[in-house]
Amino acid sequence: MDGFGGGFNLKQIEKQGNKFKTLFLTFFKIGLFTFGGGYAMIPLIEYEIVERHKWIETKDILDIFAIAESTPGVIAINTATFVGYKVAGFWGSLLATLGVAIPSFVIISIISLFFVQFQNLEWVAYAFNGIRAGVIVLILGAVVKMGQKGQYNPLTIILLVLAFLLASFTQINVVFLILGGAIVGLVYQVLLKKNPANNNHEVKK
Amino acid sequence: MIFLELFITFFKIGLFTIGGGYAMIPLIQQEVVANQWLTITQLTDFIGVAESTPGPFAVNIATFVGMETAGLLGAFVTTLAVILPSFIIILIIAKAFVNFQSNKWVQGALFGMRPVVIGLIASAVFILMDNVLINHGASIADFEGFLQALKYKEIIIFGICCFIYFRFKLHPIKLIFLAGGLGMVFFGVLPLMFR
Repeated sequence: MDGFGGGFNLKQIEKQGNKFKTLFLTFFKIGLFTFGGGYAMIPLIEYEIVERHKWIETKDILDIFAIAESTPGVIAINTATFVGYKVAGFWGSLLATLGVAIPSFVIISIISLFFVQFQNLEWVAYAFNGIRAGVIVLILGAVVKMGQKGQYNPLTIILLVLAFLLASFTQINVVFLILGGAIVGLVYQVLLKKNPANNNHEVKK
Repeated sequence: MIFLELFITFFKIGLFTIGGGYAMIPLIQQEVVANQWLTITQLTDFIGVAESTPGPFAVNIATFVGMETAGLLGAFVTTLAVILPSFIIILIIAKAFVNFQSNKWVQGALFGMRPVVIGLIASAVFILMDNVLINHGASIADFEGFLQALKYKEIIIFGICCFIYFRFKLHPIKLIFLAGGLGMVFFGVLPLMFR
């Protein structure tokens, strides 16, 4: 810590160190106790970062959540990186991100060591016959939830149906479908001077 | 080189996951199953596990696939790979774009991508239904064959779960446990009782 230069006195360094520690521990806790990630972690972050430590204001944290949701990438990681960066710069973002990912990594590594043997147990195999059907219901639920938040005009409906058909009945790579959607959206926005931004602010706040 | 392949695949998955969690399932289905790292049934089973263990879904799946295909080092590579795009993109946004969200290019791209993602997840549901609820081995030439082609126990469990999940807004973990319990009843208990 000698390289920190004269601008920092000892107290500031200690404060920064505390921030690092708290950021890591906060996101570690979030990674350990939230199931499903993403939306489930929002209340915990609000409590720790906004209410308890007052590092970020409510208004700003809402923006961060909105951006984390609408940016490519894993929502939980997006949020951790963003909050970490806002609170304590690059190293803050690194620590928050590691914090949220490490519990998953450890728990799943351990589970996968036993998973195959576990599944070979007769009654566990019976349970998984049911779980497979339950998983479909969960994913169907996600479609319904996202579908309700979507905004519909002929263009978006065509995109939705086309994506469904191409992904279900052809071997086309889904990355191309997503990129195709982006291009169509850009053309619609920029060339036709339509402005989806106007009616697009129903991003969950 | 398995590690490089794993890294590239999961980097791609991390990069093109838009809307979180389930949005990555179509991509994982395509990439992981095509590479024969997991069968679609193993993947479905693991979605159930990921849903009932803590932590972000994406990280759970990445760690699991890495572990199953190339051990602990594989898990490390896939987890890192799925995290990196998020980390890089958000750092750039946090540093460079103040008004990221109101940028019209960003808005335009998202406007087109959102419906595609919904369509893709719907297709994941379709593919899973085809895999889990239909028996492709049976010939459907006659009525009896048609009945055999339907995995009626799975279909009943699916129906019960649908009703309870959407009617009572059950927590996903509880639904997984309910589905597991129903599986034990239909495949274990009932056959014992009516042997």
